[in-house]
Amino acid sequence: MNPIFKILSNIGNQVTSRIWRLGSATRLFLLTLIYSGESFRRIHLMIREIYFTGVMSIIIIVVSAFFVGMVLGLQGYYTLQKYGSSESIGVLVALALLRELGPVVTALLFAGRAGTAITAEIGLMKATEQLSAMEMMAISPIARIIAPRFWAGAISMPILASIFSMVGVMGGYLVAVPIIGVDHGAFWSQMNVNVDFKFDVINGLIKSLVFGIACTIIALYEGYDAPPTAEGVSRATTRTVVTSSLAVLGLDFILTSFMMSY
Amino acid sequence: MDKTTLDIWVGLFVATGIAALMGLAMKVGNLTSNTLGETYMVTANYENIGGLKPRAPVKSSGVVVGRIDNIKFDTKAYQAVVTLKIDKRYPFPKDTFANIYTSGLLGEQYISLEPGGDDHFLKEGDRISKTQDAVVLEKLISQFLYNKATDEPKK
Repeated sequence: MNPIFKILSNIGNQVTSRIWRLGSATRLFLLTLIYSGESFRRIHLMIREIYFTGVMSIIIIVVSAFFVGMVLGLQGYYTLQKYGSSESIGVLVALALLRELGPVVTALLFAGRAGTAITAEIGLMKATEQLSAMEMMAISPIARIIAPRFWAGAISMPILASIFSMVGVMGGYLVAVPIIGVDHGAFWSQMNVNVDFKFDVINGLIKSLVFGIACTIIALYEGYDAPPTAEGVSRATTRTVVTSSLAVLGLDFILTSFMMSY
Repeated sequence: MDKTTLDIWVGLFVATGIAALMGLAMKVGNLTSNTLGETYMVTANYENIGGLKPRAPVKSSGVVVGRIDNIKFDTKAYQAVVTLKIDKRYPFPKDTFANIYTSGLLGEQYISLEPGGDDHFLKEGDRISKTQDAVVLEKLISQFLYNKATDEPKK
């Protein structure tokens, strides 16, 4: 075969398979929304999933938020001090966390911590034919397995992001006030004046909700779509992390450009 | 419904999230200090507003008494129309000056209200007639240079 033809057909194959996957992921998303009424009626299933995705992620979120906040405090101080405005360090830490780092880093950690777990779990359920068994018993696996996990992810994410931002601000405070010696009052008051509740806090929450939905649906789809082999599940898990991270960063740009234009 | 230990953890998790959000709203955001409970709107016209933005503070004696609601351009007078949202707790006389100042050399611009001596107070929808435009640095410099140039031949 002509090598150029081979390359072209390879590219075409890649593109069509990506588009096909996007289409079936969207179908899964819509099916999940249709079946979510049932998952809200069986709330204990959702609570179980919130425990596994949200509560279990809290340690990694809190620890990394604390360090991110401390690093922001240090880095911000070194630069702001050159311009003689080290008091506005609180503003810098708060805005950076609320607008960007809170939602984005939480989503990346969430994809790594909870997303992979979801993919592996569902992939293994599929490999061991538990999903087919459910279908045989006339139980929709989407209503019983997918929808509760989806809502658990969508609910956990904004909560985790607000915890991240708050702990990050505390970390920044710890570095700025007791260690560096920025004035305590100036730190909080500058932050208070320059951070807007609607513009910064609510927009950050909206971002994290969108990231939560995107990360969870990607993880669910990869698991649901994984080839029923050990290798297939491991590849699906890898793909979850890669795709979710890229989706989060891409969505972040789109959302930011919407939110910052007023 | 029987309660399990799982419920406690999830409840704790949600409560922590709400607490963090409250912290962000109260301590970090300006939900408490900036709730301009009851407000009244007044407008002010300017030839030039410089870098004034919506949501910028309106101050009097340095205290934030309101926010800028919106900025429009009036095509009849070719002037900027700034709508100020001021807290009802702070009534201002009719002949109040509304000047645009800059906080610091590079800081944000804000409107400063300097009260006059009128017995009547500003009401909803009133227009502040006494305004002072933003200082445009380039204009000042060019004026200064122009004056210098005209001064020169006299010597």
